[in-house]
Amino acid sequence: MPVNRELIAGTPAVKINIPVPLSFCQGCQHGSATRAIWESINDLNLEERLIWVGGVTCGTVSAFISDLDAIGPVPHGRAPDIASAMRRVSDQDTVIITYQGDGDAIAIGTESLIQAAARAERITVFMVNNANYGTTGGQMAPTTIIGQKTTTSPSGRGENQEGFPINAAELVAGLRGTAYSARGSLTSPTNYIRTKKYIKRAFQKQLDNKGFSFVEILSACPPNWAMKPVDCLKWIDSNLTEQYPLGEFKNVDIL
Amino acid sequence: MEATIFIDGNEAVGWGALAADCDAFFGYPITPQNNITEWFAKEYPKRGKVFVQTSSESASINWLYGGASVGKRVITSTSSPGWALMQETLSHMANTEVPCVIVLVQRGGPGQGTTRHAQMDYSCVTTGGGQGGYKNIVLAPYSSQETYELLQIAFHLADKYINPVIVLSDGIIGTTMEQVVLKKLKFEQLPEKDWALRGKGKQKDKKRRVLSSAQGLFPTPRNPTFLALQKTLSKKYLRIINDEVRYETYNLDDADLVLVAYGYAARVSIEAMWWARNIGLKVGMIRPITVWPFPYSKIKEQKEKRRRILVVEDSLGQIFVDVMMACGYQSEIEMVSCFDRHEPMEGGVIYPEKVLEKIRELIDV
Repeated sequence: MPVNRELIAGTPAVKINIPVPLSFCQGCQHGSATRAIWESINDLNLEERLIWVGGVTCGTVSAFISDLDAIGPVPHGRAPDIASAMRRVSDQDTVIITYQGDGDAIAIGTESLIQAAARAERITVFMVNNANYGTTGGQMAPTTIIGQKTTTSPSGRGENQEGFPINAAELVAGLRGTAYSARGSLTSPTNYIRTKKYIKRAFQKQLDNKGFSFVEILSACPPNWAMKPVDCLKWIDSNLTEQYPLGEFKNVDIL
Repeated sequence: MEATIFIDGNEAVGWGALAADCDAFFGYPITPQNNITEWFAKEYPKRGKVFVQTSSESASINWLYGGASVGKRVITSTSSPGWALMQETLSHMANTEVPCVIVLVQRGGPGQGTTRHAQMDYSCVTTGGGQGGYKNIVLAPYSSQETYELLQIAFHLADKYINPVIVLSDGIIGTTMEQVVLKKLKFEQLPEKDWALRGKGKQKDKKRRVLSSAQGLFPTPRNPTFLALQKTLSKKYLRIINDEVRYETYNLDDADLVLVAYGYAARVSIEAMWWARNIGLKVGMIRPITVWPFPYSKIKEQKEKRRRILVVEDSLGQIFVDVMMACGYQSEIEMVSCFDRHEPMEGGVIYPEKVLEKIRELIDV
């Protein structure tokens, strides 16, 4: 019997429809990553006072289909600067988040991300990591792992040619202004629930005024990885998590 | 009675922003405008307002974008290389239609150029600067007093047209100390910023607001399609051209020769104009205050009256191009340029003597 996912999981309350055709590729996990954030927003009752800053990523669509105050796509990589400014001049109970891709956050946006963390800016950054530039058709990203083939590293990322990938969650955790940094995946119900727990903890750090919070979410990109969706999940579990281990890298209340 | 203080053109930026009830300054150090950033660092926090030193000019402009999106009055200041770094996001702000004020204290270029005065960014400021063909409103002060006043006008125009406004200063206007009367200007009441992001629970109708610099890729309530956006921008720019041209004229009635200059070159030219008048030469002047929109028809009128036109500017010829557009491509227009500086290194200045020399060459027969 075919499974109707909507019936099992329901439609998140903050999801709305807009009058343009929108579709993620089959097996893409931006939808799941967004959903995990939406559900956390619902659980914590943040809908009324949240501003969503959408970076340049396939998932920027989420800014438009969320029934929330939102802006996006903002200039490539710069979402943490924009969110920081909002933080400084908005009412203190406003919750401000960014939703960014890996190329957005840790290539062109490295300065913006690192500086926001160092300033202990009370914002939450969600970085969806699919180890390539998905929107532009699968080029090498700073998160592309050694040996991984992309359209701009056709013989596989080599340590001598392209150099090493960046582990954003660990990097951000190393900065004193960071109160929370974690990495989750969405490859199984268990991982989904665990990632949602990270997301809520990150929100809580912001709500409690503790400092900068960051969650990296590993996400499948079937067309650009040239794999079936189900194989993508296996590849995340076996290969991607080898470079990007799951877990919490920082969880402190005093910086 | 208003207070009178003795400040330079850079500090006048701060006092002007304060008079305009600007909420926040976000900026990065660069010569020759550092005392603007320092003024805000010293004066803003103690007044309960926001000052943040950013990590680059690319960051500064994005802080403006964020602050403007939540409906606040925000400002940054920079000099020429920093201005170049801001162009991408400035273009995003033009698309999104959010207001901001940027003060550009010009220095010599291209590249790292010099750390002192010049007027070499006129073209990229007045034609947009970044990608995608948009327009900034550009105001060019020629004194500390005018800097103070134009800052207030800048914030008003930015909010009125929900558009970026640039205050185009230079290293000499910025560092010259003068008396300034602190007089708060009065403006028409503008509608509330109903479009600003607050969290939907704080919106009057409890409905979400969405802002985007990809109007056209995604539909927004303001502009459901790409061409709707182009139409909105075009209508707005035409309205600005019709309603907001500002300039000052001097001794035009009987003039045989008309000077055209802005910023520090205007100060120099006014001096030269009076020297010329003193020796019986009929010299007048037009000083554009808005350089976009540009006072084309006022300048065209001078050409039609068969007056000689002399442009004074510290560059290879940028406002010159606008004057040429006003007068017609075939017109004879004379220029005093950066080649007329008194010495070849960065400290070189166009002095009034040089302008007078050129005036005499043209009409003293």
